[in-house]
Amino acid sequence: MSKFKQGKGKDSPAINTSALPDIVFMLLFFFMVATKMRDKEMKVKTQLPKATEVEKLEKKSRLYYIFVGPPLKPELYGTTPRIQLDDAFATVDDIQQFITLQNSKKDEAEVKYMTTSLKADKTVKMGIVTDIKQELRKVNALKLSYTASKEVRED
Amino acid sequence: MARKSRGIPEINAGSMADIAFLLLVFFLVTTTMDIPTGLQVALPPMTDEPPPDSKQKQREVLEVLVNASDQLLVEKELLTIEKLRQKTKDHLTNEGKDPTLSSTSTKAIVSLKNDRGTSYDMYVQVYNELTAAYNEVRDEYSQSKFGVPYNKLRKEADIEDVKKKYPKKLSEAEPVSIGGKK
Repeated sequence: MSKFKQGKGKDSPAINTSALPDIVFMLLFFFMVATKMRDKEMKVKTQLPKATEVEKLEKKSRLYYIFVGPPLKPELYGTTPRIQLDDAFATVDDIQQFITLQNSKKDEAEVKYMTTSLKADKTVKMGIVTDIKQELRKVNALKLSYTASKEVRED
Repeated sequence: MARKSRGIPEINAGSMADIAFLLLVFFLVTTTMDIPTGLQVALPPMTDEPPPDSKQKQREVLEVLVNASDQLLVEKELLTIEKLRQKTKDHLTNEGKDPTLSSTSTKAIVSLKNDRGTSYDMYVQVYNELTAAYNEVRDEYSQSKFGVPYNKLRKEADIEDVKKKYPKKLSEAEPVSIGGKK
């Protein structure tokens, strides 16, 4: 006569899992919508600097990206910082053409809202950045953003 | 006779959850939810004309220089980056008290000059501090006048008022190449 009866009829009832797929699907759709596949293959290393005063950028569709940094494959491309536009290496002279080409694909009214997001590696020297800025001024792409990651500092 | 009982057999949906889980895990792993953030800069338009008046009164301009070895020179004095924010704030809120700093906040200018050899990291740090100084000064003004910080201001007129009081005149000089390699 044990105190703990192993009663036959007292089995815990099976949990109804028929709604489980629904829940999982809901999560699935959330992540599917939130996911943005990385569309550009990075050729340069960009370890972003940190800053406290960063602002969120507008829609991603209103951004042009310029990457600057030492190549990811130094054995092939050396260690001097290079500029990457879209998927390929570029030089400073290509920037004007790049921006003009991208602008021509956009709506006329939207062009003035386009921001150039400069993703440059921490170690890059200002010389190359200055050159880029000058080129951007020449094509009248005056909205620039030094992309930096948010730093939380305790004051 | 046998036909009668044969309806459409029920589809076993038991493994549906497994399939959904599989997909879910895939998307979980591939998702990156980084919102791009950055320091916003408005570049000046390209002109062929020489800059209008380089004879800005000396006292209105806070000169910030960063050299190729990432040293900071503010008003011809060496300064550490931690002190730059306070110095800039002093300059903006001086209102004529200190004869070496600005006479009034509406005229105050911060001029940032860097070398081609300055590291991007240092430059961003300095730019960040200067932006922070402007933001803090605007915040304080807005707080005392309207009772809310600058970014909580809703009325267009109030925002304009703060902007007018502390216009963001952060000029970046054309690059110089004093020393250092590209």
